[in-house]
Amino acid sequence: MSSQTEHHNDVSGGPDTPLMKTEQAPATVAEHPFADPGLPEHQPRRQDIDERAAKRSERMVTLLFLTSILATVGFIVAFALIPVDEIVHIWPFGHVSALNFALGLTLGTALFCVGAGAVHWARTLMSDAEVPEERHAVGAPEPVKEDVLTEFRAGVRESGIGLGRRKLMRNTMIGAVGLVPLSGVVLLRDLGPAPGDKLFHTAWAEGVRIVNQNTGEPLRPEDITVGSLVQAAPATIDHHDEDFHAQIAKAAVMLVRIEPEDIKDPRSAEWGHEGILCYSKICTHIGCPATLYEQQTHHALCPCHQSTFDLADGARVLFGPAGHPLPQLRIGKDEEGYLVALADFEQPPGPSFWERG
Amino acid sequence: MKKLSARRRHPLAALVVLLFALAATGGLYAALAPAGEAQADASETSIAVEEGKKLYLVGCATCHGSEGQGTSDGPSLVGVGAAAVDFQVATGRMPLQQPGPQAPEKPVVYTEDQIAQLAAYVASLGPGPAIPAEEEYDPQAGDPAVGGELFRLNCSQCHNFTGQGGALTDGKYAPDLTDVDPRFVYEAMLTGPQAMPAFPDTVLSPENKRDIIAWLDAVNTEKAPNPGGFQLGGYGPVSEGLFAWTFGIGALIAAAVWIGAHTAKAKKS
Repeated sequence: MSSQTEHHNDVSGGPDTPLMKTEQAPATVAEHPFADPGLPEHQPRRQDIDERAAKRSERMVTLLFLTSILATVGFIVAFALIPVDEIVHIWPFGHVSALNFALGLTLGTALFCVGAGAVHWARTLMSDAEVPEERHAVGAPEPVKEDVLTEFRAGVRESGIGLGRRKLMRNTMIGAVGLVPLSGVVLLRDLGPAPGDKLFHTAWAEGVRIVNQNTGEPLRPEDITVGSLVQAAPATIDHHDEDFHAQIAKAAVMLVRIEPEDIKDPRSAEWGHEGILCYSKICTHIGCPATLYEQQTHHALCPCHQSTFDLADGARVLFGPAGHPLPQLRIGKDEEGYLVALADFEQPPGPSFWERG
Repeated sequence: MKKLSARRRHPLAALVVLLFALAATGGLYAALAPAGEAQADASETSIAVEEGKKLYLVGCATCHGSEGQGTSDGPSLVGVGAAAVDFQVATGRMPLQQPGPQAPEKPVVYTEDQIAQLAAYVASLGPGPAIPAEEEYDPQAGDPAVGGELFRLNCSQCHNFTGQGGALTDGKYAPDLTDVDPRFVYEAMLTGPQAMPAFPDTVLSPENKRDIIAWLDAVNTEKAPNPGGFQLGGYGPVSEGLFAWTFGIGALIAAAVWIGAHTAKAKKS
């Protein structure tokens, strides 16, 4: 206590204190219209003047740390005792995992109490005297600089790099170090090869059956009722194939059936089969599945940016950032009565790209 | 009496008289109006159809037409089947309270017997899906793992990954599926109510529908376990991150500001 008070008297005695005794200080004060008021007078805390308050703070900090210790013990006990699949109801969280809840609660309490104890200790019991510190020069002192430079020059001399001897060795070292980054440059080749015309072609082709993704079975026209929505894929790809994801990413389609008199675009009706229309479900904006189909309005909506397509009008874009309609697959019926594609998509499905035009 | 007549020219007199008149009319109507119609015995189908037709003509014909043929205000009900009627009326969506983008769920107007009669009548208009039997939508009999995959393929685009629902266009929306009676979930898939597309048995088999119901029962009921605590809408890491960054870090900053703002000095300035 007493030492603190002395210290405080040292640093805050007004404008003439050691604080201002730098080389430029007298000139600055003389030029400056306002005198530096210096630090405000130090105010003691309750704990500084009342020993009982200090004791109370000490007990509080101890209690916080003890709580933390108990919480850590509780964490270990909970981890050992609570079964991993036990579900309990805890208001207001609902039905939660008892283990997760106990671990989170105990670990949170343990960490919080360490922090709160440290903050309380620092605020109420550690010295809070204001101590100014002058900035020091950034550079090393002259003698140190001199020493380092002398050593460096000696090193250069001894290695022979700069003296014309052992030039070959020096040059090969520069070459070796310079060539190391080449490995990284060569790896950039794996960004390629360029996709070529892959984006223009999908797994759909003439005669490929259309498979219901729910059942894995090929679809017949009578399976699809007016107002229904079917997620489908070409029969030629299997989800065990190595390139299944690359293929389905381009070939995924949805089928809807619309009353023939409701179809506004005659070409779209012709490319369908008895009112069954088959569209790519990959949004032409950035490729989300645009399958939020509203069967009354025949609108398909993309969940990412709300692009809206009118499936009754050739998937015309009604709203949103999509640049062109969802490509339609030309479909028909094979001899066995299954729905088949009559050709690949005329337009590449999915988002635009440079070569698409 | 003289006091009363002296105030007959008071500016609020007309309002008071109007209120009295309204209260009297309402009271008289409540006292004298005919009691609810007698319940018909629906044990025989033909009687049910007969009774259903009477209910239909009173409650539904204005929009759906006297023979269920539909009008400019409501779609045709020929061939929608009993399942569609049961879904729409037993969830309170029909009769429609007011025209709007979508018929919302609201308190049910008809009794169970009346709904069965209405369903019997509409089913008699043309063949359509019947009300499913209880074992067809029993969540315990389905496979929630298969149901989860099917839900993500067919349903999640509108109803969200665990059925929390979501917005569509022009005020339409996919409703929250939390605690919806499995019978209604089954009927909705079967009939495709309002904006929702239908998933007929040829597209999604009855077993698959039951699997989807089992999935919803496993992840989206009041009792469904949610090991991590708050779901935050079930939207995944986006909403969780948003919550942590705004509320979590916000709380930490507020705590730091609070500590800084409360001086420990004995003399408060």
